Order: sequence, then C-alpha cells, then structure tokens
Amino acid sequence: MKRIEAVNDFVIKFANINGSGSASANELFSRAVMRMGVPVSPRNIFPSNIQGMPTWYEARVCEKGYHGRRGGVDMMVAMNPQTWDADVAEIEPGGYLFYDSTRPMPASKFRDDVLTLGMPLTEITNAAYTDPRQRQLFKNIIYVGALSMLLDLEAAVFEKLFAEQFKGKERLLDSNIKALEMGRDYVKQHMQYPLGIRVRRSDKVGNQIFTDGNSAAGLGCVYGGATVAAWYPITPSSSVPEAFQKYCDKFRVEEATGQHKYAIVQAEDELASIGMAIGAGWNGARSFTATSGAGISLMTEFIGLAYFAEIPVTLINVQRGGPSTGMPTRTQQSDLLSCAYASHGDTKHVMLFPQDPYECFTHSAAALDLADRLQTPIFVMSDLDIGMNQRLCKPFEWDDTKEYDRGKVMTAAELEAGKDFGRYNDVDGDGIPWRTYPGTHPTKGSFFTRGTSKDAYARYSERGPDYIYNMERLLKKFKTAATLVPQPLLRKAQQPTPYGAIYFGSTAPSMREALDVLEADGVHVDAMRLQAFPFPQSVLDFINAHDQVFVVEQNRDAQMRTLLINELEVNPAKLTRVLHYDGTPITARFIVAAVRKSLAALKETV
Amino acid sequence: MTFIAKPRLHHPSLTTNKVGYTRRDYEGPVSTLCAGCGHDSISAAIIQACWELNIEPHRVAKLSGIGCSSKTPTYFLGASHGFNTVHGRMPSVLTGAALANRDLLYLGVSGDGDSASIGLGQFANAMRRGVKMAYLVFNNGVYGLTKGQFSATADRGSKSKKGAVNNDSPVDLVSLALQMGATYVARSFSGDKEQLVPLIKGAMAHGGAAFIDVISPCVTFNNHGGSTKSYDYVRQHNEAVSRIEFVPQGQDITPTYAPGEVVQVEQNDGSVLNLRKLHADYDPTDRYSAMAYMQQHLARGEIVTGLLYLNPLPTDLHTAQNTCAAPLNSLNAAQLNPGSAALEKINAALR
Repeated sequence: MKRIEAVNDFVIKFANINGSGSASANELFSRAVMRMGVPVSPRNIFPSNIQGMPTWYEARVCEKGYHGRRGGVDMMVAMNPQTWDADVAEIEPGGYLFYDSTRPMPASKFRDDVLTLGMPLTEITNAAYTDPRQRQLFKNIIYVGALSMLLDLEAAVFEKLFAEQFKGKERLLDSNIKALEMGRDYVKQHMQYPLGIRVRRSDKVGNQIFTDGNSAAGLGCVYGGATVAAWYPITPSSSVPEAFQKYCDKFRVEEATGQHKYAIVQAEDELASIGMAIGAGWNGARSFTATSGAGISLMTEFIGLAYFAEIPVTLINVQRGGPSTGMPTRTQQSDLLSCAYASHGDTKHVMLFPQDPYECFTHSAAALDLADRLQTPIFVMSDLDIGMNQRLCKPFEWDDTKEYDRGKVMTAAELEAGKDFGRYNDVDGDGIPWRTYPGTHPTKGSFFTRGTSKDAYARYSERGPDYIYNMERLLKKFKTAATLVPQPLLRKAQQPTPYGAIYFGSTAPSMREALDVLEADGVHVDAMRLQAFPFPQSVLDFINAHDQVFVVEQNRDAQMRTLLINELEVNPAKLTRVLHYDGTPITARFIVAAVRKSLAALKETV
Repeated sequence: MTFIAKPRLHHPSLTTNKVGYTRRDYEGPVSTLCAGCGHDSISAAIIQACWELNIEPHRVAKLSGIGCSSKTPTYFLGASHGFNTVHGRMPSVLTGAALANRDLLYLGVSGDGDSASIGLGQFANAMRRGVKMAYLVFNNGVYGLTKGQFSATADRGSKSKKGAVNNDSPVDLVSLALQMGATYVARSFSGDKEQLVPLIKGAMAHGGAAFIDVISPCVTFNNHGGSTKSYDYVRQHNEAVSRIEFVPQGQDITPTYAPGEVVQVEQNDGSVLNLRKLHADYDPTDRYSAMAYMQQHLARGEIVTGLLYLNPLPTDLHTAQNTCAAPLNSLNAAQLNPGSAALEKINAALR
C-alpha cells in the first residue's frame, strides 16, 4: 500500500471529547507548526454542548498558504471512542491513524490501507500522574509530544511556546516540558519516525498574525471608537463583545480615576440589546451589538426603526446555520436576505463582508464610521468559520492621524448662527440629512424622532408627498452608500475569458485556491470578491463583461445571487449557482468540481 | 393625528423661573388626545414640575414607546429631543441613550399596554439595572388607540365598555418595580395634580430608577361603571399614604406641615422631600414593609397613592458601569483609540 507522503501539505484531524482540555493542546500543535514558518489553518468542529460530546479540531498544514478547508484527512488523532468508526473511515487511503492503545481493540476496528500508530497514552499518564485533572491535561500534551516526533516538529519551538505561555510560572513550564518529552521519548523508543507526512522549516508565515475573527471584530470596535455595546449571548457571536470587554479593560480605563470610557450591557434579550445600541446611537455615542441569525430575526422591528428614523448603529452578525435554531455550531452565509431587507415595509441595509480576522477588524471599525456617516444600521456579515476559528492573516494596522468620521452633526454654534436645520432635509444632494445630538442648543435643533412618517423637518405627517420625499431620499442615500463602502476586488485570469465568478466573505480562501487549481488546469475564470452591499457600478460592469458568472456562496437559496438579480436587474440565466450549505466550510475541491461540472454542461448545450 | 403648533406669543406678565423660562417654554404643540383624557393632565403636571425645578428644557431627553400615552411627549417640552420608539421597548432605548450621555435628564413615558403587556420584560430589566430616569406609566387599563381592549393592568372582574369581563390577574407595576429594585416608587392619579407634581419633581431629581404609576382614566374607553380605572372609581378608592412637598437643593426647609407630622428625606442631589405621613405605620424608606403594605391594600381593592418607597442614596447604572465623568458621546479618537503602537504589541502577541 502506498503511504501518503507530503511535506508541509497535509490535513491532521484531532477527534476529542469536549471539556477534556484538548483545545489548548491542539492549538499548541498549530502554533508550533507556524513557528516553523509553515502556515496552518485550523478549524474547530464542535457541538452545542459543554461537556462530554464529540469535538474535532482539523488543522490544514499548507506551505502555499491556502487557508480554506481542504477536505479529506491524512492523519487522524482518534482520542474519542464514541466516534471511532466514523473517524477511522474518514482517513484518506494511505493515511495515518494515531490512537490510545491502552485498551486492546479488535482487528476489525482498523483499516488495512491506513498506517496504525498505537500508543498506550492512558497507561503512560496514569503511571506518571495521580491527580485526575492532571492526567487529563497532560495526556493531551503527551500526544502532542508524540506527534511532534512523528511529524518532525522541532522540540525547541515547543519549549519557546511554553516559556511564553508560562512566563513566571516555572513549575507549570517544567511540567509541560516534561509531558512533551514523555511523548517524544515514547515515539523514539517504539515507533518509526518521522512519517511520510511531515513538517519542514520554511519562511511562509512571515509577519502574519494568528487570531480569530470575533476577537478581531471586538478589537476593531475598540479602535473604531465604539463606547456602548449591548448584547445577548448567542453562538457563535458571544466572543465579539467578550473580546471588546477584554480590550476595553486594557485600553479604555482612565488612569487617574480607574473609570471606564465604555459601557457594556448584557441585555435581557436581543430586542433590548439592539434597542440600547440604537438609543446610544441616537444620543451620539458609537454603539454596536453582536449577534447571529436568530438574534437578527428578533431585532428586525428595531432595525426598521433605525432605518426609517435614520439612527447610526452597527450590528456584527456572526452567521451560523439556519433557519430557526438551525445548526448553532456550524457555519453558513445564510442571513444575507434577512439582513439586506430586514424589517417590514421597504427597507435596504448596508452589509460588509469580511474575509478573515484582518477584515473583521478593519470592517468593524469602518462600520462605525459608515453608521455615523450614513445614519443607518450597518451589518458586518462575519460567520462562524472566520469568527470562531484562528486564522493566519495580515497584521492589524491603524493610521494614527485618522479622526473618526462622525458624519453630519450640526453644532450649537452652527444652529446659533442661524443655519437651517431640517432633520430629514436633503440639503447636500446625497440623501444624507443633518442631525443634532440631544441637548445641543436651548432653543434650536431639537426634533422628535419617530418610526412614523414625517416631513423634512421631522414633523409628524401622513401626507403622501412627505412620505415619498423621505422614501426616495433613503434610496438616494443607499446609492451614496455604494460609493462609501469597501469596493469589490477584481482578480483577472491569465487570459481573457467569458467566465467570471463572484464570491465574498469566508469563501475567499477556498475560492483563491480553486481559481489557482482551475488556472493551472487551463480553466480561466475572472473573479470578483464583493466586500459590501449595496453593489457599486463595477459589479454590474463585471457581470456584463462575462457570458457566465458563477456566484459562489454558502447557503441553499443562492441569496447573494438573488440580491444581484434584484438590485442590478441582470438576467438570472447569466448567474450560475455554486452553493455549499451543509454547515462545513466550503472547500476548493467543491468549487473546482462544481465549476468543472457546470462548464461541461454549458459546452454540451452549445 | 395632526401637528398643531401653539402660538409662541407670550403674555409679557408671564413669570420666568430661575433659568429664565416661562411655563409656556415647557409646552409642546396642542394635544390631539381625546378631550378630558387623563394623559393631558399628566403632561401638564410634567410641564409644571420641570418649570418649577428650573430644568433647562433642552437638557431633558424624553422617550416613549407606542400608544396614547407614548404620544404625549410631543405635547410637552417642545425644546427637548424626543424619541417615540417601538412598542414596549422604550426602556432599552432610554438605557442606551442614558449610557451615551450621563449629563442629560431622562424622562421615560409609557402606558400600561406598553410597559405591562408587550414591554413587561424591558420594564422589569430597566428597573433591575437602576437606569437613572423618571419612568412614568400613564395607566388606564385599556388600549385606547386600538379602541378599548383590556391591557395587563386591568383588574380581574373589571368590565370593558363593550361589556366583556377581564378574567386575568392584573400586573401591578408598583409591586414589580419594588421587587426589581427601583429606588423611587410612587403611584398617583392624573386627577390629583397637587400630589402628582411634587412626585414628578422628586422623580426627576432622583439619582436612580424612579418609577411613577399614574392612574389616568381613559374617558373614551374606560370611564364607565364596572371599570376600576374610571375617575369615579379611583376617587372613591384612592388611599394616599403621604402628601409630599419637594424642596430643591439649597432652599430653606420650611415645611408647611406641623412638626411631628413630617418626615424629611434628603436625596443625593441635595433636594429634600417633606413627607406628611397620612398613615402612622407607613415608612417609605423601608422597602420590605412598603411591599407588604402594598400587597395588603391591593387585596382590599384600595389604590394606594403617594411616595411609596424611596432610597435616598441610590446607585445607578453608571455607578455599576463605573463610567467616566465625561459623557461617552463626547469622547474623541484621541481619548478612545489605543493607537498603532499598542496595535503592534497586540500583533506581536498573536504570532
């Protein structure tokens, strides 16, 4: 049988039980690979549960730097008897199975086409430790030690990582190094090493950082100047406000007084959290909430109010599988329509699509500026794949000369000077009216904010012309938004081609890889990555410039395609669906197969 | 509803208060509620209270939900920013607004449908958090705008105008506010301005969550025999526990009542409430006995009014949040942004 042989290009999957402390050991493994200059993209596959359920950690080691999920598993670290059969079945032929051999297993439980590497982990840990918690935790470190030997990882990188992690806690440092060595020693004495798959030192990580999108979004809100956050816990978004809290504790406490330059409220539900964020936005503070699809459904009435009354607010939607409770711990891009047109009546909302943690940071900060500039809700459409998984990305940057864009806010001096103030009056021709913060001036600039129709001076009105004036102005404002949001990015194929592809968000890394694979195969596809909704003219131009455009997305109903058809009035026949929605992140293999199949079908019909 | 501005011409003899405003400066456009509506009396009491308190109108933010009561902020404090939010959600919007700028005064206006039915959760949680505000429920036990359905504060056994009998237990917002931790709890009657104005003043000067349940008969849909929220019924069953007199900060405290009859309570802004006790056994600073007293009288069908509970040294949400003295909405990038050097350190820790 031919073993899989690959240097710096393989997928290793850890099958664990949640609550067993495996997450930090698995992260240690990934970090060690990266410290050797080799990119890794890990993914947690976990249940909506705290303890005792199966959980997986799938790490793709890829020198080329493709961070999308590859599909297939070259090596399984099978630490969970519950899922043994499925885990073993998932290994690619010629792959490797590492397991705890303390308890003998019948031969029928193994595969002939997979190299089996048994190590009596429980026996070793039980002999070395008496405390049950220590046994559990160090067992994880011991298997990482064994893997480091098998995959040719340098012991020195682990020692450095431990030294950083346990700075000032020498006892913990020593015990972790000891556990790691136990694993390494066992392999040295009992196994052939290294395996056909292995890691070799490289220089492909560079100055990239390794972080998750939710932490990055929380940090982006700190840098973007958010001062009020209101939220309700929901997977997979809870770590956004938690990160905001963490960074605020660090950066937003007045030194002299110990007082906070921020407020965070965990509200009683999503209705209250968006209500608080809107109240703060109305009163001139930068505010945000973070949620997921079910939370958006609950917030919908308020989103309509913020749209119609024109109140700045930022929503970070870390999407998961829907509808209803759906797949709370799986990823999808299936809230596009519910966000784009959230609420009853005619509404349209701005959405930003970050592709990785770097953009979760920049887009969250940008959303706060856009919300103030456009006086409307701004959605940052992240998802579980980039939100809750650590990913290598560009280091964060900030321009210290940049002031926040607070938008059109009339000051007391301007009011005093007699400047005409009509809250909903389009004086600049861009659809964006001026506003005043409450309490600005004793006699000028006050107005009544309401969800009912009104005239340009914010006076209640049910007159048709007043209503139409505001509704048309809101459309004009939406057109203005298209010029202010992050613009689409074009990747031209090496040759002119009638084929195009449109993609966005967490699909990006797999798409890049798929385009490379197709290109190498002589299939040329121009690609456009959308960064925002509404679509600027360049999106229509791109579609018009191609005969057939693949719209690649992670939902069942081709929601982005629907938006393109609806907003740009393009011929639906031009837009081919490429849809992946089983809750796992889309892979390059899937995209390549779908595009090839579709092109073959097109050729047949020609 | 139309928008009718009142003439801005003032009679030259109108007296001004200490901040230079006449009572008319605290008014809004003409009310479009039904003639005789209790709510208009409450609006008038708010105007009176704010004028007497020497509050600059533009330093008040008035927020409401949806319903007849929630329409009223249009009709008072025309120079204040107002926000008519969504049904039952005024408390959350007010909470966010209060967090954004701690320097304004917040007046929350709601109704019994708005706060006891659709918005019960937000009402309770705003009280729990101690949001600094004067929260007034204009309580008529009925949905006026949709023409006379029962609300959740309608008493069991009370009859609607069409003759339907309410079989559900009523929500008593006063008991709930006490239980949830409100630090100023009162009940009054829209027909008793003498009692209501000082209660509103006390609430506006209070340093935490102040709640006033104002029974406000609906002349159109809930003022008939068989209603327990009619003018006649409330007048007959009103059981006032105290008469209060509000003395602003820095003024001499010269109670108009005879010594021995009065309890003086100083609030943390320095203002004083003189309470003339009408019931010797009632102590408004004892939350537990206030709760017990309320329940006993409620069971007897009596509507207890007056200042029912007061914590003179309350804390509020800003205390709990430990927010800085400057309003959050006034902070700029230099005060909020950690800068690129700090970001470089974060980057280094993520490698």
